[in-house]
Amino acid sequence: MLNGYGANIVDGAWLTLQLALISMALACVLGLAGAAFRLSPVRWLAWLGDLYSTVIRGIPDLVLILLIFYGGQDLLNRLAPMVGYEDYIDVNPFAAGIFTLGFIFGAYLSETFRGAFIGIPKGQAEAGMAYGMSSRQVFFRILVPQMIRLAIPGFTNNWLVLTKATALISVVGLQDMMFKAKQAADATREPFTFYLAVAALYLILTSVSLLVLRLAERRYSVGVKVAEL
Amino acid sequence: MFKLEVQDLHKRYGDHEVIKGVSLAAKAGDVISIIGSSGSGKSTLLRCINLLEQPHAGKIVLNGEELKLSPTKGGALKAADARQLQRMRSRLAMVFQHFNLWSHMTVMQNIIEAPVHVLGVSKDEAIARAERYLDKVGVSHRKHAYPAHMSGGEQQRVAIARALAMEPEVMLFDEPTSALDPELVGEVLKVMQDLAQEGRTMVVVTHEMGFAREVSNQVIFLHQGRIEEVGNPREVLANPRSERLKQFLSGSLK
Amino acid sequence: MIFDYTVVWDSLPLYMSGLLITLKLLAISLVLGLIIAVPLAFMRVSKRAAVNLPAWLYTYVIRGTPGLVQLFLIYYGLAQFDAVRDSWLWPWLSSATFCACLAFAVNTSAYTAEILAGSLRSTPHGEIEAAKAMGMSRFLMYRRIVLPSAVRRALPQYSNEVIMMLQTTSLASIVTLVDITGAARTVNSQFYLPFEAYITAGVFYLALTFILVRLFKRAERRWLAYLAPRNG
Repeated sequence: MLNGYGANIVDGAWLTLQLALISMALACVLGLAGAAFRLSPVRWLAWLGDLYSTVIRGIPDLVLILLIFYGGQDLLNRLAPMVGYEDYIDVNPFAAGIFTLGFIFGAYLSETFRGAFIGIPKGQAEAGMAYGMSSRQVFFRILVPQMIRLAIPGFTNNWLVLTKATALISVVGLQDMMFKAKQAADATREPFTFYLAVAALYLILTSVSLLVLRLAERRYSVGVKVAEL
Repeated sequence: MFKLEVQDLHKRYGDHEVIKGVSLAAKAGDVISIIGSSGSGKSTLLRCINLLEQPHAGKIVLNGEELKLSPTKGGALKAADARQLQRMRSRLAMVFQHFNLWSHMTVMQNIIEAPVHVLGVSKDEAIARAERYLDKVGVSHRKHAYPAHMSGGEQQRVAIARALAMEPEVMLFDEPTSALDPELVGEVLKVMQDLAQEGRTMVVVTHEMGFAREVSNQVIFLHQGRIEEVGNPREVLANPRSERLKQFLSGSLK
Repeated sequence: MIFDYTVVWDSLPLYMSGLLITLKLLAISLVLGLIIAVPLAFMRVSKRAAVNLPAWLYTYVIRGTPGLVQLFLIYYGLAQFDAVRDSWLWPWLSSATFCACLAFAVNTSAYTAEILAGSLRSTPHGEIEAAKAMGMSRFLMYRRIVLPSAVRRALPQYSNEVIMMLQTTSLASIVTLVDITGAARTVNSQFYLPFEAYITAGVFYLALTFILVRLFKRAERRWLAYLAPRNG
């Protein structure tokens, strides 16, 4: 298939999927932390959270990827000698990709999570407190399950954007499906064929994601009245 | 001995004092109705009793145990001991104006949630309690429904069952019928009347003068954060002494 | 480790010309994208499957694939076909600027069409009835009533799309154009100063984002005043 480059591209697609999943996990952690910061009554924490979200969302992903990849490499190689490590360090593009995408989409998700927490009616937490629940119990048993439902649409959107943004990591040398397609295109002089194949694979990935997340949304929306039009 | 005592409670928002020294005391089996126009501070007073709002001064005593309070930076009072507050709250079940049933849980899950996770009752025992109280409020047929799929009257009766399942010392009702359509008010009042006849101790903020007169044995008329009149509802409501209560009653008794 | 301001200062002319290219790419692709998006949006609200489905497929495929792949398909991909290389279009299709504008326009047209379609669908039914009752023709009704009101309601979401497009234009640097990101890549490869190069680019983009947000806030205040809660 595809002049024998098919298997190569599928390998790349697997790497793309791994990159997307692990970055999203990191982004969720950073997004929750960011949302917690921004909702915190401590002024400077909230300010820090807002700064993270505003700055990252105002700069193109590509610039951040280049900054973190090349800048990070530069920084490591300047810092390493100070702790007595003299060899040149090459940053692994996969690790750099995870870190960068996680960091970028953490900022976007902090907005999603913050909105979801704010969207929960105040009475829900109040009823928990009034019945003697500890703040931990109120948070984990009442707020988090309701937050998940409210966050699913934004989460879905961010996951789709992140999936598509993985293509950018090929620019710093990750051998994902975009990179493999470029190799195949250069070797065969059939760029359209290979980029179209990559487009199809991305389309499959986004379609399956949409389907799965829509099911999840239905699962979490039990107990929600659907407005009748 | 009193079940619940509130002494000289004060509360302000910024410079605006909304409660200016209110005291009340309920013996076992007392049903106290708190009435007053909107803005009189009656809901705030109730919410200060279980510290959903932080009072600025006062004393709250449940069954002889005083809630330990300590001042915050802003001058309000917070619970000094979070554990004690949680324990006291679990014995003071509240019914809210907007029901506040947890929307991601079914009726059954709503009712057993706090008994299991706060009181530590076994799940079987909690379910048995839930069945019993759902039956009492007449919504046992909806136990697997989600709150959003029920009428306001049903939701409020479930909320009452949720409060009963805590087997509390005192029940606090915060305008329990104000958010209901007029035709649904009756079913909720009927449940509350039954509870009163069983001898439960209740503090009820309400606009329902009929309930205040027929069911409660003490009525408190709050005006601008102060108790204007207090006493037996049949006397107080029949022969109001203050001008304000007269005005209030003539406005609401039509 | 210090931030080398002199390199940044000396490269400012390069960044400024990059800024111009970024703005040019953004403006052209937005205008072109909007022109494609309006008919698509009307197709997307049609009840007839033969009209709706092709538009749905277009927006679904474009929104489901990365912009970088779309750009590569147009810039590198089309050259695969002799028919394209021999056609009168080739002078354009071999130009990176043209391909970038085309790819970005196609990309934003799909998102914009869905935003507009959503806004069209939420047109209050009564407004349409009132227009019909006044005896307006279908075309007049769409031109005078439905579209103006839908465009206004789409403004907040469209401002997001414009900011996303600003970020998308940075992909042009991958196909040899020297926009803001391209300037940063040039500076980095000349001086090996990634922090200086990319942070400067980031500052440029942040400034542009803030300006765009401001402009749209002002536009919303002006055109969406009727939706805002009344003061007092």
